[in-house]
Amino acid sequence: MHNKSVAHLVQGLREKQFSSVEVTRCFLDRIAARDSQYNSFISVDETSALAAAKAADKQLAGGDAATLTGIPIAHKDIFCTDGMRTSCGSRMLDNFVPPYDATLIQRFKRDGAVILGKTNMDEFAMGSSNENSFYGPVKNPWNTDLVPGGSSGGSAAAVAALLAPAATGTDTGGSIRQPAAFCGITGLKPTYGRVSRLGMVAFASSLDQAGPMAHSAEDCALLLNTMAGLDPLDSTSSEMPVEDYRARLDNSLEGLRIGLPREYFGDGLDKATGECINVALKELEAQGATLVDVSLPHSQLTIPTYYIIAPAEASTNLSRFDGVRYGHRCDNPTDLHDLYTRTREEGFGDEVKRRILVGTYALSAGYYDAYYKKAQQVRRLIKQDFMDCFEQVDIIAGPTTPGPAFALGAKSDDPIAMYLEDVYTLAVNLAGLPGMSVPAGFVDNKPVGLQLIGRHFDEARLLNVSHRYQQATDWHLQHPAGGQS
Amino acid sequence: MQWETVIGLEVHLQLATNSKIFSGSPTTFGAQPNTQASAVDLAMPGMLPVLNELAVRYAVKFGLGIGAEIGMRSVFDRKNYFYPDLPKGYQISQFEAPIVGRGSFEILMEDGSIREIGITRAHLEEDAGKSLHEDFHGQTGIDLNRAGTPLLEIVSEPDIRNAAEAVAYLKTLHRLVTYLGISDGNMAEGSMRCDVNISLRPVGSETLGTRAEIKNVNSFRFVEKAIHHEIDRQADILEDGGEVVQETRLYDADRDETRSMRSKEVANDYRYFPEPDLLPIVIDDAYVEEIRSGLPELPAEKHHRFTEQYGLGNYDANVLSDSRSLADYYEAVVADCGDAKIAANWVQVELLGQLNRSDLDIEDSPVSAANLGGLIQRILDNSISGKIAKQVFEGMCQGEGSADEIIEARGLKQVSDSGALEIMVDEVISGNAAQVAQYLAADEAKRKKLVGFFVGQVMKLSKGQANPQMVNQLLAKKLV
Repeated sequence: MHNKSVAHLVQGLREKQFSSVEVTRCFLDRIAARDSQYNSFISVDETSALAAAKAADKQLAGGDAATLTGIPIAHKDIFCTDGMRTSCGSRMLDNFVPPYDATLIQRFKRDGAVILGKTNMDEFAMGSSNENSFYGPVKNPWNTDLVPGGSSGGSAAAVAALLAPAATGTDTGGSIRQPAAFCGITGLKPTYGRVSRLGMVAFASSLDQAGPMAHSAEDCALLLNTMAGLDPLDSTSSEMPVEDYRARLDNSLEGLRIGLPREYFGDGLDKATGECINVALKELEAQGATLVDVSLPHSQLTIPTYYIIAPAEASTNLSRFDGVRYGHRCDNPTDLHDLYTRTREEGFGDEVKRRILVGTYALSAGYYDAYYKKAQQVRRLIKQDFMDCFEQVDIIAGPTTPGPAFALGAKSDDPIAMYLEDVYTLAVNLAGLPGMSVPAGFVDNKPVGLQLIGRHFDEARLLNVSHRYQQATDWHLQHPAGGQS
Repeated sequence: MQWETVIGLEVHLQLATNSKIFSGSPTTFGAQPNTQASAVDLAMPGMLPVLNELAVRYAVKFGLGIGAEIGMRSVFDRKNYFYPDLPKGYQISQFEAPIVGRGSFEILMEDGSIREIGITRAHLEEDAGKSLHEDFHGQTGIDLNRAGTPLLEIVSEPDIRNAAEAVAYLKTLHRLVTYLGISDGNMAEGSMRCDVNISLRPVGSETLGTRAEIKNVNSFRFVEKAIHHEIDRQADILEDGGEVVQETRLYDADRDETRSMRSKEVANDYRYFPEPDLLPIVIDDAYVEEIRSGLPELPAEKHHRFTEQYGLGNYDANVLSDSRSLADYYEAVVADCGDAKIAANWVQVELLGQLNRSDLDIEDSPVSAANLGGLIQRILDNSISGKIAKQVFEGMCQGEGSADEIIEARGLKQVSDSGALEIMVDEVISGNAAQVAQYLAADEAKRKKLVGFFVGQVMKLSKGQANPQMVNQLLAKKLV
């Protein structure tokens, strides 16, 4: 049961092959037995998960079930869950139990999905290796000496290790796509505004976007159907109508034009990874797509631009964690200043502090024009590059990451090397575009991800291309050895 | 040296919306602490602001009311600073692109002169909560009921030259915003709070001196006193050859002094940047025109009309146009009685006097405009004298009914029966022989004065109900 896709579980529940309680129990047991190896969950509440499963079984029996009714799903611990701790991977929120659900959680609950647990993550979603969690690093199920990627590393590892059939993640600069690539699963970062941000702890408001992480494009489509849509309580959520993301999965790729940005196939790309990507592109070509050489000329500005805008927004988003109303508070503050400084000194980890410092600096008087304002101008150029490409092609393809998963600790002392991990993913967030990572082979038994980037709100096409690719390949069906049985 | 005072005012106006600017919490004043603070107001993780459209509408109304440029695309920014009653660690405000641009309005000084004061800008922002330092034994209580209340910050040009102008500016502004219905203007409840920027410069100088900012002055009287105090303080420093420090000061009403709160050198760098959780506010001409077409007659227009249409002087027009309800009341009285000047007199002297004494607003007046109009009609048609009318008015205040009902019930109708009056006149003449002799001996000029005595006696005899005009005529006939 544990190695079934969401689509198969949906079918099995409908056909009464098993109940939601049985499915949920199965995954809870696997978490209990195996997650000590991976550390992919921060919180699991068996009682409420089973209660929700029981309720779902009733709904299923009554015939008024939604597609996801009874499906257990793991959620990144960045989404507020009513009555269940939401830590965001930080000591700051280690004791925080929200009295409300994020809109995304509400939508899953509305559709009868079961909350399996809350997954580990880099603190406040800041990181590319999941080594920045207050709850310790997550291990890559393919090789526990490797990082799973970040910041949604817990979600990626949980799905890869078959501890959850699917999970949610968030992606501010690659945090869904990069761990999906490292863990050999399928992940989609939707268009900015497609999924509500309400109740999702904010990292960088203009970049954050939630999305599904699962074994296949089809499963991602099923999850996105529940997640996507206007939320009147998120002013940046889009009024664009939501389509049924399953409807176009099987469309032919005949005539599809795929742009290959030459900047994504240059020197920084690991050779073996590049070969996997080329083989994947050949498969798409074989299905009737045309490969077109394109350019994103401002690509080299992506990392500096992102690392001004994201920390700037983060520095003020994280101001609310002051020890006054909720979350960590230092013991016996002597005065207000002491309350602030010790609370934040104790509550935040190093990477979070580093980004608050960088962001505060970038916004300060005298530097604003040179940094933040300039970065926003460059951001427009980066977006324009994509718009120009989409005049010639329907989607853009390339590697998700410069290479496969690296060893735990390999880059943890070198923030710049860590930031370079996101070189192919950041621009998608700056431009607000949808992007996916699809399993496309292995390098030394380490998964490789093919990245697909679409026009705004063209998620259905990304899912279509991924699905067609997955119909012809079995990379997404391979599971790490430890996860079998 | 002769110093010129330069004053600019920043007014924080609380907009009269039912809910907060970025959340659905109510804005009712005086609720138990933290009972009107939602997850958004508390800045719980993941919470997002949603703009209250009515606040935008009110801001545009204000902009149109002062003939300002309306920001067709205005942007919210985050103003970052740490304070316990600022839950997000930033205030959502507007920095580079405010909703209301440059405008101006005229203020009327006591001497009847008119000054035009420029408005630099007005922008929307959210209020902070309150820190309560009493009752917590060395700790601070935080009440977030007020956090997120919509404010319009109205910034004047440094066009104001003295305390009287500052007060006139505030009163005019207060009148404007209550006319527009965008604020209750209740200063005691903090609906209109004022920061005073003040500096001195030698008379004739064009450059501005260093200013001090006096924060949160919450009544017209305190504004006046704070300015007087601050002028003296700065003049003393400058006369001694010193330099005024640019700083924020607090006016202490109990001690009637200002004192330093913090100097700008250590002040916050607010790190303004566009609020990514909100889209820019984009409005179109149709939206603005719809609001413009719904604007009421504004105080300045009404004032002007009162002088033209009713022949009122500046002072009377000013008092009677003080609020929309008073002006409406006055115009209803005029419509009933047909005499604008007597109506102006009665409303200002008797009615406002009575309301003042009983601490009532015009809306709660015990005397309706129709009743007051009816009363004035009875004066005009000589049914009662002005003096009797005051008794009738008192009866109205007691709820005794209309003028006619009270006159009837109290038997106050003016005696205009010449037979009855003649009897009274005869009685007075025969009872005051000495005064009659004195009168008859006097010349024409003196007689005019002396006749008053006889009129008074007749009025006394008639309990004030004799028609004075007829009494005069009868006396003139009989005293020969």
